[in-house]
Formats: sequence, C-alpha cells, structure tokens
Amino acid sequence: MKNAFTIAGKELAAYFVQPVAYVVLTVFLLLGGFFFFELLSYFQIVLQMYAAMQNPQVLEHMNLNQRVIEPLLHNLSIVLVILVPAITMRSFAEEKRSGTYEFLLTAPVRTGEIVAGKFIAAAAFMLIMIALAGIFPIILVIFGNPEVGVMVAGYLGLLLLSLCFVAIGLFTSSITQNQIIAAITCFGALLILYVISWPAQTGSSGWVSDLLRYLSITDHFSQMVTGIIDTRDLVYFLSLILVALFLTQRSVESARWR
Amino acid sequence: MIEVKNLTKVYGNFVAIRDVSFKAERGSILGFLGPNGAGKTTTMRIITGFMPATAGTVVVDDLDIFTQSLEARRRIGYLPESPPLYLDMRVEAYLRFVARLRGVQRAKLDEALEHTLEVCGLADMRSRICGQLSKGYRQRVGLAQALIHDPQVLVLDEPTIGLDPRQIHEIRGLIKTLSGDRTVVLSTHILPEVSQICDKVVIIAEGTVVLEEKLSEIPAGTTLEQVFLEAISKDRHTGADAEETLEEVGAGRA
Repeated sequence: MKNAFTIAGKELAAYFVQPVAYVVLTVFLLLGGFFFFELLSYFQIVLQMYAAMQNPQVLEHMNLNQRVIEPLLHNLSIVLVILVPAITMRSFAEEKRSGTYEFLLTAPVRTGEIVAGKFIAAAAFMLIMIALAGIFPIILVIFGNPEVGVMVAGYLGLLLLSLCFVAIGLFTSSITQNQIIAAITCFGALLILYVISWPAQTGSSGWVSDLLRYLSITDHFSQMVTGIIDTRDLVYFLSLILVALFLTQRSVESARWR
Repeated sequence: MIEVKNLTKVYGNFVAIRDVSFKAERGSILGFLGPNGAGKTTTMRIITGFMPATAGTVVVDDLDIFTQSLEARRRIGYLPESPPLYLDMRVEAYLRFVARLRGVQRAKLDEALEHTLEVCGLADMRSRICGQLSKGYRQRVGLAQALIHDPQVLVLDEPTIGLDPRQIHEIRGLIKTLSGDRTVVLSTHILPEVSQICDKVVIIAEGTVVLEEKLSEIPAGTTLEQVFLEAISKDRHTGADAEETLEEVGAGRA
C-alpha cells in the first residue's frame, strides 16, 4: 500500500504543476457560483411573490434545501460529467504515450497499487474541489436557516458520484494511449449512466425498468440529495467504484499477458 | 546473472524473436548487437518483465521473471529505449519518486540520490524540470533512474543513442565503472561500443541469436565488424512463419 501512496502523491502534485487542476477548479467553482446566485435570486422572487399573495401555506413549504441546494447539486453533477473525463484522461493514456508506462510496469509494484495510487490522487482532487464548493451551503447557513444534515448528505452524494466518475475515467484511460479517445469514451459512459433510466420513465415496466432504474446513477444520487442516506445507494456507489477499478486493474495487467 | 532460455515472442502472426538463448555472467558487460528491428528491444522488454514471452524463460539472479516477478524486478535497473521521464517533474523529485517505488529505504534515500546525481553528472541539474532538459541530459536522467536503487542487474536499451561524442565517451566510461559485481546487458547497433566496453557479445538478427561469444575469444586479426557481417549473413531459418513457430512452441510444451 505504501507504493500506492507514493504514486498518489506524485499524481496529485502533477495535477497542480500543470494548469489542468486550476482550470478545472475555476470552471467548476465559477459555474457553481453562477448556479447558486441564479437559484437564490429565483428563490427570492418566488418568496416575494407568495408573500404578496398572502399565502402562508405555500410559504411554509418553501425551503432553501429544496429550492436551492437540491438543484445546485444536480447542476454540479452534470458539470462533473464534463470535467471528470478531462481530469482522468491523462492517467494511463499519457504514461503509455510518453514511455513512462515501461518504467511503471517494470518497477517492483503491483498493478493494483498503480491503479489504487491513481484513484487515490483523483479522489483527493475531487474532495478538494467539492469541499471548495462547500462555500455555497456555508453562505446559506450564515444568512438563513437551511437543514444542515440534508446538505451534508447531498454533498456526500456528490462526492460518491464523483468517485464513481473517476473510477470509470481511469478505466477508459487504461484502454487507450490516446487522451482524446479516453476522454470521449469516459464522457459517453458517464452520460449513459446518467440517462439510462429514461426508458423506464417512458412506458416499459416490469423487471427491465426496475433494473434500469437501479443502474441509473441519477436515481441513487437524487435520493442522497434529498437527505436520505440509504445503504442500498451506498452499496450501489461502492460497487460501481470497485467494478470500475477492478476492470482498470485487469486492463493494465493485460499488458503482461498479451 | 541473467539467463535467457529459448525465448520466443509472437505478435499476431509476426515472429519478433525466435528461440533466443544466452547467458550474461555477474560482473560482466554483455553487448546485445543487431541491426534495426532484429528484436533487441523485444528481448529486453521481456527480460525486465514489461511483457511476457510467448514461450521460454528468463532467470534473473535465480529468480524467474514470470513467476517471481516482483522479487526479480526489484533487482533490475532498466533504461528503456526512450528515457521514461515525467516531463513536468523536477529531476530531483523524479529520482526520489523512482527510488521510493523501487524500494529504497527512506533513511538511505538522500544518500542514494546524492550518489546517483554525482555519478551521472547531474548535480547541477537537480532542480531543472525534466521536460526542459536536452536529449543528452534526459538520457543521463534515464540512466540515473536505472541506477538509483543500486540494482544487481542493469538492462540498458541503446544507452548512448542521441548523445554527442563527448557524452557518448562519458556514458561509456560510466557504464564500464558500473559493472563491478553487477550484470550489465546493453543493446546497441554501434560496433565500436561493444569492442570498447563489453566482455561478451550476442548478435541477434531477424529474431534469432546468430552468435554468442566472449570478445577475448574472437581470433586476433578479425575485427568485430567482420564477425558481425559474417554472422548476420549466415543461413538461418528464413520464411518461418508464426504458425510454424507456434506449433513448435506448442509441441515443446506438450
């Protein structure tokens, strides 16, 4: 495991040596800020509207969690669909192209340690990014009174979602030496994971639609965003991460038996 | 010590190397010689455990590279054809990273780093970014990463390629001093390099070993060039296609 952390440290440093990390962080936070501001403005207008109409029943149901944080997290999850491929596309593809792959695979390091190291680095980067986006709920807590527990669950959901994305990104990077191919394959896979439950909503029923709903990352994410931490969702996220990492490990290992 | 036994590597239906066997003794430098595309790099990649052979075995210091891979890889220092540098890292940070992955203990890391920088003439370059180094210095950093964990076995794929004459001279001198009690295998297609620094020469052509001889045993009056040209023009298995080779390999296993 020591080797995994050595690799993770080097990878994480590489994110910040290159401008990639800063660009990704900037785009993520800029868009997050924009969504947050717009949602909050809209919330305020709606609030004033109902206040003018003297409708206390509706006013009681209006809350920051549902009106601001929930849509914000959903929007950020879509931003991640686009940004994660950009972060993970280098991980293996670049090593193959630049010849450092030869060093990595001939060093006395297990394939699993290489994959774990790269995953830990990308996961740490996601943690930093999502923690920085924590500024939005903090603002709400200072100036309003949203439910903190629900927001924590929502952010945990976003983190788990990003880890799934990262694991899938590592896999798509491990199957090619072309970064563009890695990024686009990853983007496609993430988008499919995002919309896979659509057929279930448009008619078909029975076990197929149940299965599609279960596979859809959005459905599990939505649960967490509404503040429900269900073991079934956690199991889904963790198994998705493990399956993707396992496939990555096999794909890297395959260089040894091909 | 490196013992290569009946190594065969088939890509699809192309036979890269065929029944390659040779032995490199401890404390000696083996020159691995052959025209371009003869299978030098393939052989070295198999020796270092980067990829498996279709058939045959490699034993490095009594450890099989396929079955005891981690242990065997720990003993090898490998400089691939293109130096495996992370271009956005500084030389020192890169070498520290390599040393830790290759299992150099934390307490000995500084010492190993200083020693390697000194030996490879990189002391002034330690805080430079790898991507900004010239070809010659990249090659030296590549050599440094192969040496930093003080390996018993060194595998160098064309170590002097792309260097200027003075650098070539320096690197050759360095390799010669390195041999000591190590086993060094270096590939090259430059003949004088072999006669200058090697103890033994293995000539490979079209994927098969055509000559394995100690330099001291080459008769006086014959130059290496004559030996080389004669060796690679000998009658060999030609037109042996992959299927035939695979059949033989399969038969050998059964």
